[in-house]
Amino acid sequence: MTLGKAGLLLQLCLTGGHADAAEALFGVLMNTTTLSCYDEMIDGQGQVRPAYAGYREWFDAQDPRWMARQGKEAESFFRRTGITFNVYGEDAGQERLIPFDMIPRIITADEWKKLSKGIDQRVRAINAFLHDLYHKREIVKAGKLPERVLAKNDAFLPQMVGFTPPGGVYTHIVGVDLVRTGPDEFMVLEDNARTPSGVSYMLENRETMMAMFPELFTKVQVQPVSDYPRALARSLAACAPPAANGNRPVVAVLTPGIYNSAYFEHAFLADQMGAELVEGSDLRVVDGRVCMRTTRGWQAIDVLYRRVDDNFLDPLTFNPTSMLGVAGIMDVYRAGGITIANAPGTGIADDKAIYSFMPEIVEFYTGEKPILKNVPTWRCAEADSLAYVLDHLPELVVKEVHGSGGYGMLIGPTSSRAEIAAFERKLRANPDNYIAQPTLSLSTVPIFTKAGLAPRHVDLRPFVLMSPGEINITPGGLTRVALKKGSLVVNSSQGGGTKDSWVLAE
Amino acid sequence: MLGRSAWGLFWMFRSLERAENTARLLDAGFRMALTRGLSAASEEWRSVLITLGLDSDFAAKGGEYTGKVVTNFVLRSPDNANSVIWMIENARTNARMVRTAITREVWEATNESWMVLKDLLARPVGEGNLGEVLDTIRRHTTLVRGAMEGTMLRNDIFNFARMGTHIERADNTARILDVKYHVLLPSLAWVGSRLDNAQWEMVLRSVAGERAFRWMNAGVLEPKGIAEFLILDGRFPRSLAFCYNKLVSNMAGLARAYGETTPAHDLLLQAQSRLNQTDIGQIFDFGLHEFITAFINSNRQIAEAIAADYRFIE
Repeated sequence: MTLGKAGLLLQLCLTGGHADAAEALFGVLMNTTTLSCYDEMIDGQGQVRPAYAGYREWFDAQDPRWMARQGKEAESFFRRTGITFNVYGEDAGQERLIPFDMIPRIITADEWKKLSKGIDQRVRAINAFLHDLYHKREIVKAGKLPERVLAKNDAFLPQMVGFTPPGGVYTHIVGVDLVRTGPDEFMVLEDNARTPSGVSYMLENRETMMAMFPELFTKVQVQPVSDYPRALARSLAACAPPAANGNRPVVAVLTPGIYNSAYFEHAFLADQMGAELVEGSDLRVVDGRVCMRTTRGWQAIDVLYRRVDDNFLDPLTFNPTSMLGVAGIMDVYRAGGITIANAPGTGIADDKAIYSFMPEIVEFYTGEKPILKNVPTWRCAEADSLAYVLDHLPELVVKEVHGSGGYGMLIGPTSSRAEIAAFERKLRANPDNYIAQPTLSLSTVPIFTKAGLAPRHVDLRPFVLMSPGEINITPGGLTRVALKKGSLVVNSSQGGGTKDSWVLAE
Repeated sequence: MLGRSAWGLFWMFRSLERAENTARLLDAGFRMALTRGLSAASEEWRSVLITLGLDSDFAAKGGEYTGKVVTNFVLRSPDNANSVIWMIENARTNARMVRTAITREVWEATNESWMVLKDLLARPVGEGNLGEVLDTIRRHTTLVRGAMEGTMLRNDIFNFARMGTHIERADNTARILDVKYHVLLPSLAWVGSRLDNAQWEMVLRSVAGERAFRWMNAGVLEPKGIAEFLILDGRFPRSLAFCYNKLVSNMAGLARAYGETTPAHDLLLQAQSRLNQTDIGQIFDFGLHEFITAFINSNRQIAEAIAADYRFIE
């Protein structure tokens, strides 16, 4: 395929339609529409950008039919390996593949250096913020964060007040969702400070690429990602609780079970770390420790990497009907008997109401200007912002602060006048409940199609590990791609796929 | 290791073993039906169902005792809670649950068995492809065992898996023998008849023992000799003696690793010495059916004791 053709497809993208509103409701990139976009592979003159030069040289020398066959092979490899996710609802019990696109998403070493600095700063700030929230609340006293965003917030756990987790680490694992709008423009769309998933796809995508195109990796030098499981094991072990007494900590991964949509990842990570994969039914509090039922009796766990939500962690403290957690684990936790990763109550840091304050939060705790930008956000609770939002409704995305799943949301550019008018009434009645963001033009990266390369919108979720005194960011992360032309929905359940994400070696 | 993982491994391998033995039994029934003519074989198909413990379920559905109806019921019917496809699915579900205890190769072999067989058994099986289906079941379960053999560390995980295989295999062989002797033999006058010989051959085939037995006995099919072969011959990998010798060695491995024996060990050693200290004459004097019934019961007790001693469930 020639450069010119790729350029043409890019033209189509430039004039591409808006994301379908109904579909966009649940999408991750929902507050954006395609107006014009930055393609990461091809520049405005149809030239390949430097990051992709090595790859394109290789790609152009390949037979497209052979590439297509490799794509099919990758799919059967994923099925055989069982890299699937379970579907809830209509097709319950079915296992699906997340489509894998074999064109890598490439980031240069310099771009990555800057990004990782920004991520490092942001994660340090989030962790300090959590500690402050559950202790002295200096940030509120300093007037940088209004009390009202914390009150009535379900993600805030009173059980964590006054307690410091082992090693002072709240967010052992963080996924920072980034979008790109220009050559030097990365923005944080969302912080994931609870139990971010997708890291197994990052690892398996690279494995698959290396198996399919080994010679490609001798031609283009890519920073490896395969160390992640070892780094995770090290990082978790470094946060052992006092009860571990300096012995080699016993680490376990807590999964809701084989019917959970992310079960593959839970098993994958436990396997790669050499940790036990436990379910709630395996656990019990014995003599002040959380123990797992082994073939030889009860064995204490030091660090629990839990992949169940706060609410299900302890039926004695939270949801009393939960079968997924361990009765009494919160008492053991507070007594220093176990480390829970991530700490309960970290959800407050990735709450939508908090998001708009992230620039202030970063500055308050690090004393530095934020390196990574937020998507600009107007808080309708503030009179000036509300006035601006009311004046610009047709071009903005307005969301409920505590809403989830896209209910009570307005996508200005795709809404009718009547819809906007109706929404305006709701907004005026309760402005505190809303935030607004502009529509962005997201970057694209080509995917492989029968007709050749075609640009599609992407985001990026780098994975960050935190232990006392160390922040480890795996170069790259998970690139999610909206496979439908013009679509901005990267969710795996709605036509989203993934790509291998490369950070070039220096 | 987790008690739940030991439980999952044990049942993963019991399910695979049962699927394989079921395929062998169907294969034997199919060959008999071919040699005897389809209409005459309904008694053999019924005996297949009795051996599998499915006769009353099948009767409740009111199906005909023909090859096509019986094989489809056994292999894939949604009315049959113990169909082969269910067993394969169960093995795979357990493998998924114990994913961290098995190697990638064992998992992939199991997952692939499920993918291939689910596809193959999505449509009714006819006489044209029954052979292929049964062969595929055997080949895939063998692949899983091979992957185990070649890639798994010889530790408690391996021992629990093999214990599942041997407990199930001993049970299956005992049932096959019992059904032939107890159910299919209407009177002593039948002994030595052509029908009788054909049925014994079916028994041997269903445990993959026809070649070995023929080789050792110059082709003479004689009930006592066959029973001795299936119960006491420690060289034959599907005999009760072989399964129990292996089981003793798996459990000895556990005792070494864990530094202790459990009540299940005592039960097993008693059962093994009952096998070792008896000969086929004594078994027939005692009554073959009574002997096998006692064996199946004690085999089940051993499995229950293993589950309790190693905390399979709380």
